[in-house]
Amino acid sequence: MNIELLERYGPRMLEGLLVTIELVVISVVLGALLALPIALARMSRSPILRGASLAYVTFFRGTPLLAQLFLFYYGSGQFRHFFESIGLWWFFRDAFLCCLFTFTLNTAAYQAEILRGAMTSVPRGQREAAMALGIRGPAVLFRVILPQALIVALRPLGNEVILMIKGSAVASIVTVFDIMGVADLAFARSFDLSVYLWAAVLYLVLVETLSRVWNVLERKLTAHLAVAGTRA
Amino acid sequence: MGEALGLLGFGPDGWGDELAAGAWLTIRLALATLPFGLAVGFLAALARNSPRRWLRTPGNAFTTIFRGLPELLTLLLVYFGGQTLFTRIAGLFGGAQIEVSAFVAGLVALGLVFSAYASEVFLGALRGISRGQHEAGYALGLRPFTVLRLVVLPQLIRLALPGLANLWLVLLKDTSLVSVIALNDLVRETSVAVHATKEPFLFYLVACLIYLAMSIVSSVGIMRIERWSERGVRRS
Amino acid sequence: MKVECTFVAQDWDGMIPALLAGKYDAIVSSMSITDERKEVVDFTDKYYTNSLTFVAPKAAGITDVSPAGLAGKVLGAQSSTVSAQYLEENYGDAEIKLYPTQDDAYLDLASGRVDAVLADVGPSNLWLAGEDGQCCAFAGEAVVKDDLVGIAIRKEDSDLKEMFNKAIADLVADGTYATINEKYFPFSIY
Repeated sequence: MNIELLERYGPRMLEGLLVTIELVVISVVLGALLALPIALARMSRSPILRGASLAYVTFFRGTPLLAQLFLFYYGSGQFRHFFESIGLWWFFRDAFLCCLFTFTLNTAAYQAEILRGAMTSVPRGQREAAMALGIRGPAVLFRVILPQALIVALRPLGNEVILMIKGSAVASIVTVFDIMGVADLAFARSFDLSVYLWAAVLYLVLVETLSRVWNVLERKLTAHLAVAGTRA
Repeated sequence: MGEALGLLGFGPDGWGDELAAGAWLTIRLALATLPFGLAVGFLAALARNSPRRWLRTPGNAFTTIFRGLPELLTLLLVYFGGQTLFTRIAGLFGGAQIEVSAFVAGLVALGLVFSAYASEVFLGALRGISRGQHEAGYALGLRPFTVLRLVVLPQLIRLALPGLANLWLVLLKDTSLVSVIALNDLVRETSVAVHATKEPFLFYLVACLIYLAMSIVSSVGIMRIERWSERGVRRS
Repeated sequence: MKVECTFVAQDWDGMIPALLAGKYDAIVSSMSITDERKEVVDFTDKYYTNSLTFVAPKAAGITDVSPAGLAGKVLGAQSSTVSAQYLEENYGDAEIKLYPTQDDAYLDLASGRVDAVLADVGPSNLWLAGEDGQCCAFAGEAVVKDDLVGIAIRKEDSDLKEMFNKAIADLVADGTYATINEKYFPFSIY
């Protein structure tokens, strides 16, 4: 364990950890907000909405995150003048924001599919009962369907957050100094493989922490279901 | 539009053949990784399912590590670490140089990640086959290995298939990371084209569409395999 | 040197690790001699002298390329290079971005993501002469003029090092070096 190396790059590594956390948290949250409308569009009666959302979801789930990142990062650079004319160049110019943009769109697609699967798993009877009780439109969704759907969706959503933590590592390839970015820098100067091992430790800690938190969350939210196996 | 098609054409001026070559390498890498990942994943699942602690714990540790690390990190560790490791080992045996090519590094890294997730799928499938099946096999006088081969495995394939199919699609996309270690896969070839033509949006979009096509073709193939594996299952 | 050579292509970041791992025996790829690199590999005598210069858009009109002059700007370089190291060590007030390849850095310079790129004078010269480099020009004086480029070899291969050194010295002594130099560069690069 090279102490000098640790002193030199340790603090930067922790800064990188912060960048990774920011990237993941913001993109997952924004992605979640996007996911609901997309999931609803996927199940809508309008063929246009269904088609558009299907195309969106298929594109972002069927292509590698790295390719998407290059597309938006270098691609937006190509259209700089266009973005300047609509006053948005400051956004796409920044590597961190570009990554955030791509990651959000990507995770929204996966979360939308998870949500859609969970919502269709809620028995039809629930919707019918709600309407029989006189509950209207949005309330049916938010008070009856979604809460039940979210319980089913919890496990896969937790999985998706973990996948995002791991996926965020590609940000280092487009100049962002996240955990991987700092590790690459440290390795380039020292040729010491142990910098990648520290990065590994940091990622494992992140993933394990999230897993534990998610397990607690799952237990709390399904406590009411813990009756000996039966569910009416 | 005509200019775009020209850039994508085959022949000396167009980049179509380079992209095709990259796509071909991507497919080859994924196909080569698959058997390795499946084999290691299956063994890991057996280990994790075993009543013996000395098998279970390493199996679980293996899975936790390779499911927890970013694929990019695993790739770099295998690529840089593997080279050093092999040179040291070769040194012990008198200095013959073993070269660890980028392709092999990619294969091993992606295979390890695949196997960690696959072991999870196999584990779920193993546990999904009721004990009654094993017992019926033994009751019929079949030896343990025969039970595994004729009774467990076919059912295992059926149960594991959806999960494994998903992992294959993920593997196809993860191969894009080997562009980082300068392997000439689709993303790498696309980057070369981009540097030469300064048309990043066009080329990366085309690359994405090619991946999409590969995913769709895979999905069709997987549906066929699923239908074959479910032949003979009574529909309730 | 009267030996047979095979060329092996390698991505820049993995150059030295691959040398150490035995993938090839020498790096002849415009690699600068630095103390940090000398800790892990050996270098032959120099075979040319490089300088590091900034490249920036003509429209920006940058002339002061000192750390103070470029404070607050976004500077780019290829990762694992002396340019990257120079930026890290001297331009603390600027934002530094590192790219896996030199082409990626130029791409971002052209699109305006970085205000200036620090690189070896040779590749920059080539890029500026091309169609895509028309936007930009050298900015200010070269910040490093005595960057020596050598061939990197593993520390234990001292006899190989001697062979290279002798060959380089011979090339210079009998005028072959000057001939090749003249063919490609308008100025002496030794």
